Amino acid sequence: MTVQKFDIVVLGGGPGGYVAAIRAAQLGYKTAVIERENLGGICLNWGCIPTKALLRSAEVFHNMKHAADYGLVAKDLGFDLDKVVKRSRGIAAQLSGGIAHLMKKNKITVIEGEGKLVKPGVLSVSKDGKKIADVQATDIILATGARARELPHLKADGDKIWTYRHALVPNAMPKKLLVIGSGAIGIEFASFYNELGADVTVVEMMDRVLPVEDEEISAFALKSFKAQGLKIITSASVTKLDNKKDTVVCTVEDNKGKAQTIEVDRVIVAIGITGNVENIGLEENGIKVDRSHIVADEWGHTGVKGVHAIGDLTGPPWLAHKASHEGVIVIEKIARDKGHKEIKDLHPIDKGNIPGCTYCRPQVASVGMTEKAAKEKGHKVRVGRFPFMANGKAIALGEAEGLVKTVFDAKTGELLGAHMVGAEVTEMIQGYTVARTLETTEAELMHTVFPHPTLSEMMHESVLDAYGKALHF
Amino acid sequence: MAIEIFMPALSPTMESGTLAKWLVKEGDMVESGTMLAEIETDKATMEYESIDDGVIGKIIVADGTENVAVGTLIAILLEEGEDASAMDSISSTQAAPAEVKTEAVAAPVAVAAPAAPVASTGDRIFSSPLARRIAAQKDINIADVTGTGPRGRVIKRDVEAYTPAAKPAAVAAVASLEGDAPFEEIKLSNMRKTIAKRLTESKQTVPHFYLGVDIELDNLLAARKELNSMSDEYKISVNDFIIRACALALKSVPEANVQFGGDVMRHYSRSDVSVAVAIPGGLVTPVIRGAEQKGLRQISDETKMLAKKARDGKLMPEDYMGGTFSISNLGMMGIKQFQAVINPPQAAILAVGSGEQRVVIKNGEMKPATVMSVNLACDHRAIDGAVGAKFLGAIKTYLEHPSTMLL
Repeated sequence: MTVQKFDIVVLGGGPGGYVAAIRAAQLGYKTAVIERENLGGICLNWGCIPTKALLRSAEVFHNMKHAADYGLVAKDLGFDLDKVVKRSRGIAAQLSGGIAHLMKKNKITVIEGEGKLVKPGVLSVSKDGKKIADVQATDIILATGARARELPHLKADGDKIWTYRHALVPNAMPKKLLVIGSGAIGIEFASFYNELGADVTVVEMMDRVLPVEDEEISAFALKSFKAQGLKIITSASVTKLDNKKDTVVCTVEDNKGKAQTIEVDRVIVAIGITGNVENIGLEENGIKVDRSHIVADEWGHTGVKGVHAIGDLTGPPWLAHKASHEGVIVIEKIARDKGHKEIKDLHPIDKGNIPGCTYCRPQVASVGMTEKAAKEKGHKVRVGRFPFMANGKAIALGEAEGLVKTVFDAKTGELLGAHMVGAEVTEMIQGYTVARTLETTEAELMHTVFPHPTLSEMMHESVLDAYGKALHF
Repeated sequence: MAIEIFMPALSPTMESGTLAKWLVKEGDMVESGTMLAEIETDKATMEYESIDDGVIGKIIVADGTENVAVGTLIAILLEEGEDASAMDSISSTQAAPAEVKTEAVAAPVAVAAPAAPVASTGDRIFSSPLARRIAAQKDINIADVTGTGPRGRVIKRDVEAYTPAAKPAAVAAVASLEGDAPFEEIKLSNMRKTIAKRLTESKQTVPHFYLGVDIELDNLLAARKELNSMSDEYKISVNDFIIRACALALKSVPEANVQFGGDVMRHYSRSDVSVAVAIPGGLVTPVIRGAEQKGLRQISDETKMLAKKARDGKLMPEDYMGGTFSISNLGMMGIKQFQAVINPPQAAILAVGSGEQRVVIKNGEMKPATVMSVNLACDHRAIDGAVGAKFLGAIKTYLEHPSTMLL
């Protein structure tokens, strides 16, 4: 067994951890990453990336089914689920290999095993239950991420009852599928399996799907999901999963206590996220944990000297891009405190400017406050809307279903929030995110020349509409 | 190629200063380190030394010129082997951006007039569109707002946190003076202008409240006498004790070691005590930094050294900037008690009167004691009455029981 010494050690090689390690190495710190499974974490191996690969297959399949709309002929349509999944796994493997290369290029030591904080400055690493190394570092970044939340009566067995991990490598194509939870994860899998022909029911506890999104966007998406044949039950919860031989009998209770049973052959549990706070030495070292997440300040400091935490482990929003951004900030803060004078422009992340994307069909993307949240905060608002059906490019693409909504403060012209549903909106939300980060008002957005013909013209028109100046609708 | 010498910024806040006196004349040889001129800022007179070798080719801004903006061309240095023709390139390169300067080179004598603030006016103020919009709506000049965004950009939160009241009030300039008696008008020195500006701002924008207390000094005087009788190498003053007592009190009542910053409150973890020192024409407040960590002798030595530098006009910006608390002592001038004006952005100042024999009543008996009245002025935005009282109580305890200062 060896004792290895580093300046900075990152526990967890996900999008928060590996990015933090790269930044640390760039600043000249001797850096290591401890990873128990795959570099790239959930995002790259079991989340963002492989689901996008599956959804792309579903999208191409959808387009094939609608070939005639484009004057094309596609016959004998079908799919090979194994190959769809194999493609997804191949992409995850390729990217994980890419991270390994990045680690090597930046001379970052990758230690494979499970790390545990022994005391500030010291971690022990074990593999298969055996201790393999002691690691010392002046600063330790905890980035162990999060996993699917389960409840005693909603426990995945990996056979008929799945979490996202099982749903990514299905043991069979579900005929009837129940998805519990209509957040990003639930609705993406519902979208995927629905497209491939499963009979999908989504149960949501809140009164609407995608409950964090703007109400109008939720309602728009709901209409679209229903038109695609998804069954949606809102204001209801699954109270019992009865695991039979070939099926699962699910008891669904609405908020008035009225119950119904639905018999399906597969269930996906997507009821939230819980932080990976167990067995990494938190309690022993006095690191505060609140509802399965580490309590850290805006710089990621835990309050224990030399111990920092970032990403999903520190709480919502549970998004890879938030984790990566925090990874850079935590390292630059450490470096600046140690006298790196060149780091002048360091700011904590502004959570109001973190965009969120959901890759169901139609896609949903947003940044900032919903209309309701803005009003609750006391803003007098101006709201702009522009529908996809009035955009030339959307019609040409055969994607005329969608909406771009913008919410402005009526007095100051601040872009309080932007909410979009429709094709490729996840690729467009960055425009509004840049606007928010730069604190542009409606005036600069109006002055911006958007290229024609693009979907992005709708972003311009929505702003114009908020001020009664929309041109094409 | 001739070297241009510009008006230096001798402190981070300096925008302009008075070119008090040239220490070299045209034709003088200078080398790196040669004192070129004395420059008077709002607080001190500083010597400006050359960083290059050469011969002074031309002095452009004359002795005694006031309000010379930082960055203004004040002289031209010729490098070895160059003659006056080398200066032509400067006149021509200067011609395009600022005509005033070209004239300055051509006719140096004429420039004793206020120098054009070329360096500062052209500066772009980085601000977000939203910050500019909100500033315009609130009638705030964006240039008055300190930016905290990327690279100091003024962003929404800065404008929202900005309190226009903090804008330096127009100093008495508007007051029309009248009086029948014969008079002589004396131009304000930069120091006098700063005192006027800062203290007007303080009285107009800082909500002062005052707490008074009497402190018995007999124990302290006995301790002082004993200390001073033990060596000739030092002489501890009552004021040294007061500085140390205040520094320790700031540590034991950290809620008093604060500054009010609009939307934040800054809590300091070190006692940097400013001590008001009267000098000809005004006063300055050199700082004893980390005074809670320093013994009486060190405080005494530093105070004497800083007071001397202050009287000689040699205080450097780092000597007088950034204290967290002030002491003003008029006891030696026989003042029984007074109230002081807070020195912003600090949040409190202690006004110290003279120690005198008074009758005190203890356990129903009249007894003589040496008593000193002190008065604490607090910024109510930062310090509430109870905190002020606790802080003043701590000062009193330290001074009445000086052995507690050993703890």
